Amino acid sequence: MQIKVRGLPHCKLSKTQTAVARTPAGVFIMKSVSVEEAVAMIPNGASVMVGGFMGVGTPERLIDELVRQRKSELTIIANDAVVPGRGIGKLFDASLVATITASHIGLNPKVQEQMMAGKVAVNLVPQGTLVERIRAGGCGLGGVLTATGTGTIVEEGKQQIEIDGKRFLLETALRSQFALVHAFLADYLGNLSYALTARNFNPVMAMAADTVIVTAENIVPVGVIAPDHVMTPAPLVDYLIANG
Amino acid sequence: MDPQTLIARRVARELRPGNLVNLGIGIPTLVANYVPPELKIFFQSENGLIGTGPIPEQGMAHPLLTDAGGRPISALPGASTFDSAMSFALIRGGHVDVTVLGGLQVDAEGRLANWMIPGKMVPGMGGAMDLVSGARRVIVAMQHAAKGKSKIVRRCGLPLTSARPVDLVVTDMAVMGFENGRIKLLETAPGVSVAEVMAVTEAELSIPDHVPQMKI
Repeated sequence: MQIKVRGLPHCKLSKTQTAVARTPAGVFIMKSVSVEEAVAMIPNGASVMVGGFMGVGTPERLIDELVRQRKSELTIIANDAVVPGRGIGKLFDASLVATITASHIGLNPKVQEQMMAGKVAVNLVPQGTLVERIRAGGCGLGGVLTATGTGTIVEEGKQQIEIDGKRFLLETALRSQFALVHAFLADYLGNLSYALTARNFNPVMAMAADTVIVTAENIVPVGVIAPDHVMTPAPLVDYLIANG
Repeated sequence: MDPQTLIARRVARELRPGNLVNLGIGIPTLVANYVPPELKIFFQSENGLIGTGPIPEQGMAHPLLTDAGGRPISALPGASTFDSAMSFALIRGGHVDVTVLGGLQVDAEGRLANWMIPGKMVPGMGGAMDLVSGARRVIVAMQHAAKGKSKIVRRCGLPLTSARPVDLVVTDMAVMGFENGRIKLLETAPGVSVAEVMAVTEAELSIPDHVPQMKI
């Protein structure tokens, strides 16, 4: 079994720190990286998808490190803007976001303030359309057709296509440079599974970014996650953040 | 009975055994409190759960098990979890039998506005547009009027949630359906007369010969 390393030009990890290593037994495993190293790869102005739903299933350690390293002018794609002090809400507390694409920002007054002040551009997208656009981005599709939003302000500026007498909006695919994903279990190879309602956008985003960085509540030996229970297959994961 | 309880109890009577139901925030959330367990309703939470249960006992909450507002919930035996793509495939794909949503305005065509007030409140539509577009049956649960102004209007002045008309509106004064571009008064709340409903409603109502009292 072999894991492909997909380092990017801006990847600052040295050769000895590649995300994959070989055990004495000859089995390739994913070598975990520190949260500092992983976030150092993300440049200012990067486009970043962040998993989570009202902060549940958000990789908080990566968010905290983005704030510590003051990565700014970020283009964020996430379900919602959470609340101040939690999840990506912390990025708005630190004024690090230039653009957010989300389905809901109503519970974070800081985003509303920054939007009104012209500091943050907000693209509101119906939740089902948002996740489907990300899914399309990860699945090699140019976009999706949905009836959601027809006859509302959401249809403005979008191509409409009629199929069997029903109107659909053409909603284009979304991709990003980075996806920050939080799993419940990650095995040494990078296979992931998620828990309860913390799955939400995580496995979909893990398909739709050039570089996928994962935090996991538990890093476990290969085999602990049975093949049938793997939700994100290992080859999709580029970097696993070390625990402990 | 307070208006919210009245509305929630009346909406609960619309649910059928085995229905897959999505409840919005506010009054719709209360509907679950009035559904007898023997109906075996499956409640969906759009953050990725079918089989939502009540708020967990003290000390039993799990940070990775919440409702769409991020509040701790429990899961009932037989519950299932899934990602957001699956959750909205269920919603858009017509697999959700009933959704109950709050409203700001409903107009004579049955069109709902419930997601923004330009210049005042721009929270985002969340899942509301998908729910109205895709659920088999859409029920709006809201107060009949806000600050003395009718929420049942001739034409929505606020941005629409969907062009698809809703099926039923339950308020603290009445139950209303839609027929040929007109609102039909189906029931009145206990102690409320047809004349009182008409007086408070901006939109024209079609009134059948007999309007029964709301059963709750």
